[in-house]
Amino acid sequence: MDFTPTEDRRMIGDSLRRYLAEQYPIEHRNKVAYDDPFHDPAKWAELAELGILGALVSEDDGGFGGAGFDITTVFEEMGRAICAEPMLGNLMALRLYAAHGEAGRIETIIAGAEKATFGFDESDTYGDLDSITTSASGDTLTGRKTVVYGGHCADHILVAAKSTAGKLGLYEVAAADAEILPYAMIDGAGAAEVILDKTKSRCLSEDARDAIELALDAGRVALCAEAVGAMDVLKVMTKDYLMQRQQFGRPIALFQALQHRLVDFSIEIEQARSITIYAASKLDADPKARALAVAQAKNLIGRAGKLVAEEAVQMHGGIGMTWEYSGSHYAKRLIMIDHQLGDTEDQLRTAMALSDLAGAA
Amino acid sequence: MDLNFTPEEEAFRHEVRDFLRHNLSEELATKVRNGRDLNKTDLETWHATLNSRGWLAPGWPVEHGGTDWDSVRMHIFEEECARANAPRTVPFGLSMLGPVLIKFGTEEQKATILPRILSGEDWWCQGYSEPGAGSDLASLKTRAIRDGDDYIINGQKTWTTLGQFANKIFCLVRTSTEGKRQEGISFILVDLDTPGIEMRPIKLIEGGFEVNEVFFTDVRVPVANMVGEENMGWTIAKYLLGHERTNIAGVGASSEALSQLKSLARKVKRKGKPLAQDPIFAAKIAEVEIDLEAMRMTNLRMLSGVADAQGSVSSMLKIKGTVIRQAINDLARRALGATAAPFPSEDVIGNYAIAPAEAASNAANYFNNRKLSIFGGSNEIQRNIIAKETFGA
Ligand SMILES: Cc1cc2nc3c(=O)[nH]c(=O)nc-3n(C[C@H](O)[C@H](O)[C@H](O)COP(=O)(O)OP(=O)(O)OC[C@H]3O[C@@H](n4cnc5c(N)ncnc54)[C@H](O)[C@@H]3O)c2cc1C
Repeated sequence: MDFTPTEDRRMIGDSLRRYLAEQYPIEHRNKVAYDDPFHDPAKWAELAELGILGALVSEDDGGFGGAGFDITTVFEEMGRAICAEPMLGNLMALRLYAAHGEAGRIETIIAGAEKATFGFDESDTYGDLDSITTSASGDTLTGRKTVVYGGHCADHILVAAKSTAGKLGLYEVAAADAEILPYAMIDGAGAAEVILDKTKSRCLSEDARDAIELALDAGRVALCAEAVGAMDVLKVMTKDYLMQRQQFGRPIALFQALQHRLVDFSIEIEQARSITIYAASKLDADPKARALAVAQAKNLIGRAGKLVAEEAVQMHGGIGMTWEYSGSHYAKRLIMIDHQLGDTEDQLRTAMALSDLAGAA
Repeated sequence: MDLNFTPEEEAFRHEVRDFLRHNLSEELATKVRNGRDLNKTDLETWHATLNSRGWLAPGWPVEHGGTDWDSVRMHIFEEECARANAPRTVPFGLSMLGPVLIKFGTEEQKATILPRILSGEDWWCQGYSEPGAGSDLASLKTRAIRDGDDYIINGQKTWTTLGQFANKIFCLVRTSTEGKRQEGISFILVDLDTPGIEMRPIKLIEGGFEVNEVFFTDVRVPVANMVGEENMGWTIAKYLLGHERTNIAGVGASSEALSQLKSLARKVKRKGKPLAQDPIFAAKIAEVEIDLEAMRMTNLRMLSGVADAQGSVSSMLKIKGTVIRQAINDLARRALGATAAPFPSEDVIGNYAIAPAEAASNAANYFNNRKLSIFGGSNEIQRNIIAKETFGA
């Protein structure tokens, strides 16, 4: 067994970390994340130049990475900077394009010339693919996709919709043809409502269920890694603050009640990192093993993220409650990661369904 | 032991309910139910409504415009107001300064200030905390130095809740640097229009504005504005901490929040079925309901005065009450799944209709209510108080 990252991944991680530290400090992040267009288009182009998007795609499909560990390498750094760029939507779209042999699209996205995302949730689906009502008719789609990550700036939106055969199909819609309602999320970065009303579409597959599940799992692994990066940073910020903040004539870090809490959440961060590595290693395994590992990881990440976010805010006192203090944005991001692609309880349901617990005594 | 309310208490409950039905506008109640920010007019209107019935400051003695309600009636009143989604009254004048003046104020202070709190002419805010003095309040540095018939105040207060609506502030200031730190603190009333005062807003984690920084530069305040003797401020502050225990657990507000959570869980779905039917989520709701039910009883036991815990009662109620409320807020945002994410702007709530309107601010309210375990003496400080009493040191 060898837990050291390959030389290539280390280089990608290092250069991304350096780039974000220099070009995407928290002040810049907060300036772009909450107001239209909810990200920084110039920085997106630079990330593409750095090869970050290519790292998300396998060599066979036109990139130079694409494995679970490539995804975690990129997203852990995104999390350290709580970068507001629409990486998640593009990751899922790239996986879906790759699954359907769309080399042309992949090339333009990797080059930063176009952006894409994936819309699956609807106001009444709450993550359940079987409840999707958006449907295809001829070469048009009708329905509404809700909270589409990166939908505010995507050129194309891949849409999960019921095909005429009643299966879960995958369709491409040009943003220009749809009604897009963009907005900021509460933790920053953009999303959109995508309203389709007999909107022109291109069918990629009449039955894309497996590819969709895989793209969503890739997204979940990405979110886990993002959370690990964000938790690491928030932990250091909290530790530094406890050592610097004086009350009762001493640094509050000397109060054992606080020390133990920091220690407890540090243990959870290690657990979170471990299970993220585990899930990343299973991303290319058989679907059931993959789905179980990913659900386990995202469940643990949800719990750890909440603990770290809440404890960090609490131990900062009033300062942790302010917009001006960067820690509060990390806390928000950690909490809201749990709301993306299925939360702690959703993952628990999946983990229960897939576990070998059920069965004869 | 008889855990039932008496017929008189039940009659009182109906009286309160009736009043709320006729006097709380649907518009205001909806705003409260939907967790939206209340503006100055909303709060003033509600204060005036309660004042017209003589119920604005129920904890004050009758001669000052209060009521003769016992703690059970106070509890019923709080419960009914929360149930009807009435705004919570602003505590700084009513529950903080009022009781202080009634206990420590001069006749003149009582006669001039108390009526203006009730009438709404004055809006008070609380100037205790400073950048360097939070949990360790006694380390406060804002200085008041006597100069003839005035004090001259220099320093900074922070976290001043709703200071942007206020015209007055009561402050703890340092009047002596000799001896124990606690013995050099005074309680003084300051007009926010006095030259030398500057107020700056602080934006909170979820994007709202409810707290402020207040800067004092050579601010002249008449000596007559001091409450109690010079250097008696700590005694007054401690009196206040032990006062007004009725509402500290927030049982009424949590009960209403829980009932909204249940409606939401019936409305939203998981795997095509109402979330309320999902055993995992339903178990979490049931658990918090159990805690709240116990809290309701704990609160009533404490209020009835038979509990043997003494000084630390309010600390216990504060810890448990805030933890329960935060747990309900946590579930209320989770219930929304992905639709909790949009920043609750007017567009998002009004036009885009992503989450049910009454729940669109759930994530924002969850983040905002992290404050509950920080302010009013953080939950760690409350634990220290209980521990000190338990171990006698
Ligand atoms: C939304 C909001 C509104 C507020 N409104 C007002 C207001 O209107 N007027 C006003 O005067 N103040 C107000 N406050 C201030 C509030 O009372 C303080 O934030 C609180 O006392 C904590 O102080 P601090 O923020 O300086 O945190 P600190 O005292 O620095 O505490 C930081 C952390 O250390 C912990 N800690 C500190 N000492 C110990 C110890 N001995 N043992 C264990 N743990 C410890 C704390 O519990 C906390 O977790 C408000 C605060 C907030 C967040």
